[in-house]
Amino acid sequence: MRLRNSSMDGSDGSQLFEDTSRAGNQQAGPQAAGFPGQSLLSDPMSNLAMAYGSSLASQGREMVDKNLDRFIPISKLKYYFAVDTVYVGKKLGLLVFPYMHENWEVSYQQDTPVAPRFDVNAPDLYIPAMGFITYVLVAGLALGTQNRFSPELLGVQASSALVWLIMEVLAVLLSLYLVTVNTDLTTIDLLAFSGYKYVGMIVGVVAGLLFGKPAYYLSLLWCCVAIFVFMIRTLRLKLLSEAAAEGRLVRGARNQLRMYLTMSIAAAQPIFMYWLTYHLIR
Amino acid sequence: RRDNMAFTLYSLIQAAILCVNAVAVLHEERFLSKIGWGVDQSVGGFGDEPGIKVQLMNLVRSVRTVMRVPLIAVNSVCIVLLLLFG
Repeated sequence: MRLRNSSMDGSDGSQLFEDTSRAGNQQAGPQAAGFPGQSLLSDPMSNLAMAYGSSLASQGREMVDKNLDRFIPISKLKYYFAVDTVYVGKKLGLLVFPYMHENWEVSYQQDTPVAPRFDVNAPDLYIPAMGFITYVLVAGLALGTQNRFSPELLGVQASSALVWLIMEVLAVLLSLYLVTVNTDLTTIDLLAFSGYKYVGMIVGVVAGLLFGKPAYYLSLLWCCVAIFVFMIRTLRLKLLSEAAAEGRLVRGARNQLRMYLTMSIAAAQPIFMYWLTYHLIR
Repeated sequence: RRDNMAFTLYSLIQAAILCVNAVAVLHEERFLSKIGWGVDQSVGGFGDEPGIKVQLMNLVRSVRTVMRVPLIAVNSVCIVLLLLFG
């Protein structure tokens, strides 16, 4: 299993994110001395109390971090949010036009995947998260133009889309388990791949709002085909064996089953895209 | 138009509890062996990787083993909540 967290933090912490903590600490010191005035800090007892309080707070934070890390792998999650503007722009372009891209391999650096900001093929969670939130807002906008809006509908849309996402990820996990594919796709990777369809949905709904129903169908069709090709080209390298991934025809029931699995995962995306947006455009 | 709109996380939890209960009530001797899904019938080939049926049988057996005790607790909590709040 390739680990994403151990070698990325610590000494390589600056590779994922820039370290701005030192600048913040230096600013906090002189400010705390200035504000309360002279009388409070000249008293040695309150000095002691402040030092004790700050050490208690840092201890508490350490404990919370350690316990939280057991349930939600925060260090692994950090990898998926290490993006920058160039990566987001290129990835969005890939999601709507994947036909010209040549090399779909994820590059590795000493057996750990490179952070998304250095490799456009790596999955990230920033685009799916932002796409989900934007989808909920655009759905509210679309319902508002039809005078069907009420604030709780936003919550209903959000939870409904979230439920479909969870069910899709669970279904993909179950089918990967049943077909015994040896892959290094983690659950969060699958979550990221399933979240990329929100981009196409937003494009379709916005086009439908601006230009009417034919534009909605056209742009949704374009985005569906684009996401189908994107998923096939990305999953082909991860799920299929080496020979089949290069495009050569490999016989055998196992490879055929894996091919069917890849196709069905990719085909489920357009179905969900249509299912989640058709009721927004009248 | 409100078909797919009423999905909440609560209904997902309900569906998950019902599904796990359904898997947990499949009896080993009385039912699974009769249809060829018993424990003793899952020893397949050792060289190649197991097929889908063997994986499914293993999944059913593991779910039954692991979820037996937690299901008691979860079902009791559900029964009490449904009695109290309808």
